[in-house]
Amino acid sequence: MKAADVGNFFKKYTMIIALVVVAVLFFILTGGAILIPQNINNLIAQNGYVFVLGTGMLLCILTGGNIDLSVGSVVCFTGAIGAMLLKGGTNLWLAVIAMMAIGLAVGSFQGFWIAKVHVPAFIATLAGMYVFRGLSNTVLGGYAVDVSNETFLRLFGGGADCYITDFVGTIKIAGQSLNGTCLIIGLVAVLAFVGLSIRRIIVQLKRKIIRKATGDYIRIGLIAAAILWFTWQLALYKGIPTVLIWVGLVLGAYAYVTNKTAMGRYLYAVGGNEKATALSGVNTRTVFFFAYANIGLLAGLAGALNIARFVGAQPTYGQGYEMDAIAACFIGGASAYGGTGKISGVVIGATLMGLINQGMTLVNLSVNYQPVVKGIVLLLAVMFDVLSKRENH
Amino acid sequence: MAEYLLEMQGITKTFPGVKALDNVNLQVEQGEIHALVGENGAGKSTLMNVLSGIYPYGSYEGDILYEGQVCKFANIKDSERKGIVIIHQELALVPEMTIGENMYLGNERGHKMAINWTETYAEADKYLRMVKLSESSKVPVNTIGTGKQQLVEIAKALAKHARLLILDEPTSSLNEEDSRALLDLMLEFKKQGMTMIIISHKLNEVAYVADKITVIRDGKTIETLDNRGAEPISEARIIRGMVGREMTNRFPKRENVAIGSVRLEVENWTVHHPIYPERKVVDDVNLYVREGEVVGIYGLMGAGRTELAMSIFGQSYGTHFSGKLKIDGKVVRQRRSEADAIRHRIAYVTEDRKGNGLVLSQDIMVNTTLANLGAVSKFSILDKDREHEAAMEYQRKLNIKTPSVEQLVGNLSGGNQQKVLLAKWMFAEPDILILDEPTRGIDVGAKYEIYCIINDLAAAGKCVIMISSELPEVLGMSDRIYIMNSGRMIDEMKAEDATQESIMTAIVNAGRGD
Repeated sequence: MKAADVGNFFKKYTMIIALVVVAVLFFILTGGAILIPQNINNLIAQNGYVFVLGTGMLLCILTGGNIDLSVGSVVCFTGAIGAMLLKGGTNLWLAVIAMMAIGLAVGSFQGFWIAKVHVPAFIATLAGMYVFRGLSNTVLGGYAVDVSNETFLRLFGGGADCYITDFVGTIKIAGQSLNGTCLIIGLVAVLAFVGLSIRRIIVQLKRKIIRKATGDYIRIGLIAAAILWFTWQLALYKGIPTVLIWVGLVLGAYAYVTNKTAMGRYLYAVGGNEKATALSGVNTRTVFFFAYANIGLLAGLAGALNIARFVGAQPTYGQGYEMDAIAACFIGGASAYGGTGKISGVVIGATLMGLINQGMTLVNLSVNYQPVVKGIVLLLAVMFDVLSKRENH
Repeated sequence: MAEYLLEMQGITKTFPGVKALDNVNLQVEQGEIHALVGENGAGKSTLMNVLSGIYPYGSYEGDILYEGQVCKFANIKDSERKGIVIIHQELALVPEMTIGENMYLGNERGHKMAINWTETYAEADKYLRMVKLSESSKVPVNTIGTGKQQLVEIAKALAKHARLLILDEPTSSLNEEDSRALLDLMLEFKKQGMTMIIISHKLNEVAYVADKITVIRDGKTIETLDNRGAEPISEARIIRGMVGREMTNRFPKRENVAIGSVRLEVENWTVHHPIYPERKVVDDVNLYVREGEVVGIYGLMGAGRTELAMSIFGQSYGTHFSGKLKIDGKVVRQRRSEADAIRHRIAYVTEDRKGNGLVLSQDIMVNTTLANLGAVSKFSILDKDREHEAAMEYQRKLNIKTPSVEQLVGNLSGGNQQKVLLAKWMFAEPDILILDEPTRGIDVGAKYEIYCIINDLAAAGKCVIMISSELPEVLGMSDRIYIMNSGRMIDEMKAEDATQESIMTAIVNAGRGD
């Protein structure tokens, strides 16, 4: 590799490298504890909401650096309604659908002001942040409400046993007991990923869209290795946490939306140049509306995950979630001006944040200092990103 | 030997991977107007950035001698202290602030913590009179026109006690009248002993105003021509130096193009200003275009050409529309929608490619297909391979110089960006193309290629409306020419009957009629 290639490599994968560095750092500081299976499992269980909300937030940020400040409150609000419904004995699926529908309605309401009336997103969602925090309080009557529906808790990642049942049974490899279902699902996922990726490369080579694919093969190999390692760790513990299914579904669906659909394309185009997009025959207001209605829907889902995780709802839940989601996007390389950013970036950003949170807890850093470290990491991450992109000017 | 105010000796400036300047020499005499010409990317702006300290001493090789002394500028402030002031192509004024505030921005009168506004405005007014502006310096900049804003920039430079004034494309956004006024002002400054460097693409202006012309090509000085003789240097002579060959024919011939029946008709078209609805921006305009025909629309800045074009394209500009729009004889139902216009196979290629045309943060592929995603998708699901192939096809067709179609459009040169913009609208498969200033700010070679593309479009039976501020271009490319002034069509000429003089006379006469 030439020096310029090395430079480009660092530029392209700054945040992945940062992730590895942070992981190694905490690996040393915690004497390896951070990467034991249980902690990897906890990383998913405790940060599921960041992945889900970060995905929604990314679409808003893509439209031009607009953020949604209300998601924390909306998570609390939908969770509060869900908790009340479950307490009243409503069927769990009806309750979940209600939560997501209410989230969508809230998102559409805010989307209306932003897209049709041209209220700045920052202000419209700041208003929403107050309104839905207050309404959460109203719904809960100011009290904590417990959720006791066991099936719900299990499906959405709360309580003690929120893992996919091991249908296959324990498999022993090299003296280790492994969760069979988890192993098999992991293997199938890797094979599907590798197979589909290679098929696509072959098609592209044949159609002369790309000339060589060495880099792509390396990338596919690394991702496959990461999934295998991850599967192994989960299998060593209790298997696949149910939260992971929801997170995986959301990430997969939105990676598809942003990559392969016309609406996804318009999100990027509007953020890159709204006027040019409008003159290309795209109804740009619809694009804004979509982004904000959508994050409401995802906030509804996050609301369900949240009351499951805490086995109940409280009027104070969800505070600061919007900031975690925003930080995940920016750490993951989304542009603060819109137009660039990827779902894979959100994954990296959210993982990095989760890793730091957990690492700090494991090394017994005072809770007073934990936000300080998070803030500095966010600043450093974005600084590296800005600097690495600027140097050629 | 003449006395040089400025000598740049053996300037070499390297960026990673590129030698932007290669042993460039420039000698400017006290009290002359020195023109710097060259194609886009030839290195003119880089050279001026070296001179003004934007690229500090040490980041380049060679010497800058100013008044015989070697200068080591670390930043713009250093060079400005010596009286070297550069006026950039893009106006650097804050629209909401007053003229006076703008002129002394970063150079405040009085104390930093207690600005002396009386002195500021008195001084500002003084310099405004020097550039022949009668406005008060207390009016906000956004209330005066672009031509006057350019003059404010010059007044601002004078306020910094400029002794060497560098004007980078000063007339690129001015109409002919304002341009001429600006050039005459330069000549008057020269009489008062000011030294100036002008960078311009407009060779007629260069020939008119410059004493000496230095030609730069591919980062090297090619020659310095003396323009003080009785006869001004011909444009062809300058172009020869710029492109390294004689451009005998600046406009490619359009051969064997059969002009067919009328496809687009606009009747009694009137459009009002979106913010001041009582103002008519387009006033009772009639025009038609035939199959395979290239129709030029000429007019001065502010004549309403862009407004006309955008109002035809899905009413994307203006309010209170009246009149009829017919395609193939059928009246098109009017509503505000760019998508509707595209469905009717109209394309509007904007004059402002960065502001209204391209998504600079995305790659060539995304930009190429943006106006017609339907062609590469099914049920809103994109077929990225097909999209990639389509983008590559247009890249080849239009000769867009790029390593791959995954290159970000923001990284391309102006000429290549313009080609991507054209590719985008050709991909939308229109029958009627409205090209608004299709060659603005691009170099001679790229211009020729764009002209060839226009000819190909006409040969394919498309209707082309070409709006341009450059008379030679309108004359060289059109079959028929409409002349617009103050929102009205004042004349229509066949290309073979039209001359620069007849067009300008029509505009001057119309202006008198008001």
